[in-house]
Amino acid sequence: MSLLAAEGGGGFTAPGLEEFFPAVFLFEGTGFDVNRIILVRIIATLALLLLLWLALRKATVVPGRVQSVVELAFDFVRKDIAYGMLGRKDGDRFFPLIAAIFFGVFALNITGIVPFLNMSSNALIGMPLVLSLVVYVVMIAAGIQAKGGFRYLKDELFPAGVPKPMYILVTPIEIVSTFIARPVSLTLRLTFNMLVGHLLLVLCFAATQFFFFEAGGAVAGFGALTLVGGFAFTLFEILVAVLQAYVFALLTAAYIQLSVAQDH
Amino acid sequence: MDTTILAEVTGNLQTVGYGLSAIGPGIGIGILVGKTVEGMARQPEVSGQLRTTMFLGIAFVELLAFLGIAAGFIFPAA
Repeated sequence: MSLLAAEGGGGFTAPGLEEFFPAVFLFEGTGFDVNRIILVRIIATLALLLLLWLALRKATVVPGRVQSVVELAFDFVRKDIAYGMLGRKDGDRFFPLIAAIFFGVFALNITGIVPFLNMSSNALIGMPLVLSLVVYVVMIAAGIQAKGGFRYLKDELFPAGVPKPMYILVTPIEIVSTFIARPVSLTLRLTFNMLVGHLLLVLCFAATQFFFFEAGGAVAGFGALTLVGGFAFTLFEILVAVLQAYVFALLTAAYIQLSVAQDH
Repeated sequence: MDTTILAEVTGNLQTVGYGLSAIGPGIGIGILVGKTVEGMARQPEVSGQLRTTMFLGIAFVELLAFLGIAAGFIFPAA
């Protein structure tokens, strides 16, 4: 790629991280700066609210077309994620949080492939960070509520069935893996999935533009290849958007389950 | 040309870094999904549960690859 770019007169510039920090255009310097990505976030949230409101405004017992699709999605979240991980009782308790996370993350992810928005708003670390902090607080609160603060910490940090001297090794590992690695990994997984997906799309379409209009000659054939590649990655990004929403909701349920589980 | 140098690598080692960090998760996800398919073929009736567990496992394994991407940004070239 770099070789071809050099031959074509050096017109090709690879996309970089500056993609994710566009110019601020509203409320600059107030701490509530709105740039393109924040605007995309607001649009995605409003679109999600509007869709759910339109679909469920006049919910009927025999659902219409839109309502049944939305109900199918909610049913999937409840049965597969909430009940599957937490069981019926806790599943119903935490279903609102899990459903909000699933649909919220999905709405913010899918903007990455929506024309004219073209930017997954989860690609900036802020939104995943807020989401995983919510999960972190709920996870600890659920554990304390279910078992009391002392029991909860004892179960998490001193797992039963381990020989006493081994706690010197096990407890530090448990501290890191439960209270540090969980929120950090939730945040990083979502952020980098979206960031890398966006960079791949930009790379494909920027290369197409370069091959077609700047490189010229026989090299233009590569442009067709990268164009097809770009479309393939767009389809792949739809899959990733759904999958990451699923994984985020699933891990939320799993972490809550690990917190509230009673040791036998 | 300096004759004391037999082989020389120029540029940034980060280019290789992500490739290295992708090997582990690549093998890991391969084994994970393969074993899940095996389990599904043996016991199709629990395939839903196996699939959920598989995605959970993939989420943990693929994180290593993303840490590889993050490392390139956290430790930029000198």
